[in-house]
Amino acid sequence: MSAPRTGPSPDEPLIDVVDLDVRFGEGTTRVQAVRGASLRLSAGRCLALVGESGSGKSALARSLLGLAGPTATVGAGRLSLFGRDALAFGPRDWRALRGRRIGLVAQDALVALDPLRPIGKEIAEPLLVHRVVPRHQAADRVIDLLERVGVPEPVERARSHVHQLSGGLRQRALIASALAAQPGVLIADEPTTALDASVQARILDLLGELTKAGTGLLLISHDLAVVEALADEVAVMRGGRIVEQGPVRDVLDRPRHAYTRALLDAVPGGGPPGAAPPAATGGAPILEVTDVVKEFRGPRGARRTAVAGVSFTLRPGETLGLVGESGSGKSTLARMVLGLLSPDSGDVRLDGAAWSGVSERERRPRRRALQLVPQDPLSAFDPRWSVARIVGEALQTAGVHSRQERREETVRLLEQVGLSAEHLDRRPLALSGGQRQRVAVARALAPRPRLLVCDEPVSALDVSVQAQVLGVLRELQESLDLAMLFISHDLAVVREVCARVMVMKDGRVVESGPVEEVFSAPRDACTRALLEAVPRRAHARHAAEERL
Amino acid sequence: MRPVVRQVAVRLGGALLVVWGAASCAFLVLQLVPGDPVRAVVGANALVDAGQREEIRHHYGLDRPLPVQYVTYLGHLLTGDLGDSYQLQQPVSGVLAQQLRPTAELALYATLLAVLLAVVVTVATSGRARWPRRLSAVVELVVVSTPSFWLGIMLLTLFSFRLGWLPVSDSGDVRSLVLPVITLALPIAAVLTQVMREGLLDALRSPFVLTARARGLTEPAVRSRHALRHAALPALTLAGWFTGTLLSGAVVVENVFARSGIGRVTLQAVTSRDLPLVQGVVALSAVVFVAVGTVVELLCLAVDPRLRGATGVKAA
Amino acid sequence: MSVSPAPRTGPPAGRATEARTTRRPPVSVLLAAAALSLVLLAALVPGLFAHTSATDTDPLQALRPPGSGHWFGTDELGRDVFARIVHGTRYSLAIGAAATGAGVAIAVLWGLAAALSGRLGDTLLMRAADVLLALPGLLLALLVVLITGKGVAGATIAVAFGTAPGFARVVRAQALVVRRSGYVEAAVGLGVQRPLIILRHVLPNTLGPLLVLATVTLGASISTGAALSYLGLGAQPPTPEWGAMLTEGQGFLQQAWWIALFPGLLLVGTVLAVTVLGRYAQNRAEWRAAS
Repeated sequence: MSAPRTGPSPDEPLIDVVDLDVRFGEGTTRVQAVRGASLRLSAGRCLALVGESGSGKSALARSLLGLAGPTATVGAGRLSLFGRDALAFGPRDWRALRGRRIGLVAQDALVALDPLRPIGKEIAEPLLVHRVVPRHQAADRVIDLLERVGVPEPVERARSHVHQLSGGLRQRALIASALAAQPGVLIADEPTTALDASVQARILDLLGELTKAGTGLLLISHDLAVVEALADEVAVMRGGRIVEQGPVRDVLDRPRHAYTRALLDAVPGGGPPGAAPPAATGGAPILEVTDVVKEFRGPRGARRTAVAGVSFTLRPGETLGLVGESGSGKSTLARMVLGLLSPDSGDVRLDGAAWSGVSERERRPRRRALQLVPQDPLSAFDPRWSVARIVGEALQTAGVHSRQERREETVRLLEQVGLSAEHLDRRPLALSGGQRQRVAVARALAPRPRLLVCDEPVSALDVSVQAQVLGVLRELQESLDLAMLFISHDLAVVREVCARVMVMKDGRVVESGPVEEVFSAPRDACTRALLEAVPRRAHARHAAEERL
Repeated sequence: MRPVVRQVAVRLGGALLVVWGAASCAFLVLQLVPGDPVRAVVGANALVDAGQREEIRHHYGLDRPLPVQYVTYLGHLLTGDLGDSYQLQQPVSGVLAQQLRPTAELALYATLLAVLLAVVVTVATSGRARWPRRLSAVVELVVVSTPSFWLGIMLLTLFSFRLGWLPVSDSGDVRSLVLPVITLALPIAAVLTQVMREGLLDALRSPFVLTARARGLTEPAVRSRHALRHAALPALTLAGWFTGTLLSGAVVVENVFARSGIGRVTLQAVTSRDLPLVQGVVALSAVVFVAVGTVVELLCLAVDPRLRGATGVKAA
Repeated sequence: MSVSPAPRTGPPAGRATEARTTRRPPVSVLLAAAALSLVLLAALVPGLFAHTSATDTDPLQALRPPGSGHWFGTDELGRDVFARIVHGTRYSLAIGAAATGAGVAIAVLWGLAAALSGRLGDTLLMRAADVLLALPGLLLALLVVLITGKGVAGATIAVAFGTAPGFARVVRAQALVVRRSGYVEAAVGLGVQRPLIILRHVLPNTLGPLLVLATVTLGASISTGAALSYLGLGAQPPTPEWGAMLTEGQGFLQQAWWIALFPGLLLVGTVLAVTVLGRYAQNRAEWRAAS
């Protein structure tokens, strides 16, 4: 970037913050989002802020733009931006800095760009506000910028609206608008979240090129793989504090703080591999699925085949992973297995007897044998009910009729999943995400099923909680000898719990086999793409093994 | 071009369905009205013998079987023939056409005033300072809670009887329109302001406004270039409510101010059981509802590109 | 067998949310509640407030302005306006409240029937609601009055039918959401019978949002009821209903502004109080749903 730089000399940091505090609200509703954070960012370097949701990353980043919000109070020992003391800034100073000195790539491009305006206008805005180019040249500059961030057909794209662009192009357009006025620093908030693996890689390349060209990059991410790929330095945040900070190699390979270690271990497949998941213990199959097909009628009568002829069997104690991208038909297949949807052709047999194609009346008494652990437990609980009543309903259908017995049994189940009697009277909203998923497991176990269908049971959870819930599922599966159908879009998660895996694409099974085999020698392109989406923490895993 | 044709066809079909439904509903309701329609025609006190009664029944087609009456009614409706009024002894379509102008005038001015008021108040109260917003919220709440007939009576008392600035009833000049327009517009303006301000505050909280601010935009620029268009969207979706309120309001306001118009005719038709006239009013208001809905839908398309569907450029 | 216990710490915002839920309602809500209690009391025991009759005429006392003897003055027949307002409270409130109640009842049946019946039933029932929604509320009420005839009962039914289609749509939409929700699916997966699922899950979770909406609409229903009476289709003279009193008062605006002023003020106050309470309930419900 050929921006004329005024102010600090090259080795002086562009951003120098000491002891930054950010508070929201007043009095009893006061929340301290950032406590005593210090960081420095120099030209051409990338500093990554890492932490789970709610750790204060975004509040910290926004306070660097003076945009922490109307209820926020920002205080600091030093807040130096481009060599100037930002603590003394008035609104005019901040406006001169925003976009011109520090550009923001906010989270989720779909909502971060004005949906009612074409992206060309959005990108031109910083140019015009800061009078970087005369008005009549703005359009040409927008085309240049779009070309620079790798958007094909920039002239047509400039006239498109955000909703007409794919995820990758949107993100590029957002980066282009942040770059327009040639700022020296770019703040990128989760720039690759929600993007497909291949698109993610290209966005990371683009950001990497920018730092090489001399832009300082403040990267905010919860994804350690992204951090490893881009950052020179990393700061780990938790509860508003920076708990560990240093060069990326040091922090990721030799973490000193316990929380950093927990984050690293929680990356699926990142920790030391455990004992191999159990294979089938044999016996007659519980579930036989033969050639099931399900079509849906789309809008305007178009037919869409969600599941196009899938067959498999599950024996007691067997764990089968079902992997595929969203829309590949996994959930439809699961709903047919659960008897919530009947297949158009083919059949499902439970315990050797017909399960699909029979009436609900016949199915109802047999439903206890298989239970679901849902993706989003919050929506799977009646919001008015307490934990005791939620699990109690399940016990009642399983024939536990005395109130006293139900309560005792509920406590036993809660303890089994790592909760206790103190959670009995809580409502779902008063539980954390991990606790909710544990309650969902407890409810699923209540009728003593022999088959558990887990539909993306951990994808809505933070990584550290993910690891705990996966642990619970695995221990229970082994000790209760449950058969399990485990659905996920994340191969690494499946690898933790399953012995066998099936990969689905467009309603068909494209590959299946023992999980290690599929992992090490994927035959299908789709499987390879899914594997690429797994965070590559090869270096760190190696280090972790050394540590042991 | 085919999808466009299809869309237009679907819209038109939906509109016809609503009008047909409303007309059928009116027909059905009127069959349920107790008492002999002949009495509504000749008045309660008139003495008519059986022969005359039969003649009247025949004249209005009341002697035919119900399905035949229904089909004839729909057929006439298609040609714009709404039958003859029992009371006024002239075609309903003529009565409505004659009364449409004063009501349309009233509704048009009220709409303009309400929109103007709403936009001005929204913009004026969306600044950083909180007290204008609070004050305006209180005023809106009181106005929304004030029944329009009482508002009209009070305006009449103050400006016509006490101060004598404005005429008491319709005198034909523009001054007699002032109070009715204000009475009709104020409650609508209050609701529109509430919705628009809510929309504006929502828009100001959304991520794209953060992006806009992060580009160094001034607050007025953020509002005028980004937020205000978003604030208009929820207000536009109120179209159905808006039409209904205007027509309901017209019934009340025209009676308070003794103005002629559709609203006045509606009440007369109901009190005197002039069934063909009631049917005509129902059909007319369904047509107006559908027409306003279509216009607003087009406005929405103009404001929000997301509703326009796929364009030539395919998303990569 | 046991598994590592879950961490006890909830979300960090936990304390702040608790503080908000236990916070005292704002002053405006307390005022509205107090005002509404007074109005309710007047509706139930008018004798507490007014010692004179609402209907006794006294030609010698006709058209007296507000003063010590008659706080709100007297009307053209010499009846005490204050006493008439107090005694009229019950009619004005009753029309609005009963109509809203009836509207809710009709809507629950209508909406649930649509949501739980097949596609054809759903389409028919909702198209019917669409058609009724296309008509202005007051026009719909006037159509109903044609069938029921004038009077308090007729006006109540008319206002009920005016609100029911809108409510029915909300019920149906909510019932569909609940029916497709994870918890109903979970109950099906457990083998709970269909009637039990409807009773335990669908009905209660549908009713909540509807009741909140009904509270917000109550003010408008009271207002519409009074409008019908004002137009001469609701309560009939000499019943001291507020809307009907306005009609009588309108004839004397030149000489006696007080006859029309005070019933209207009370009407505005009541509707305002109900609206403030309704919105408070709505905000709380939304806030609870969002947290």
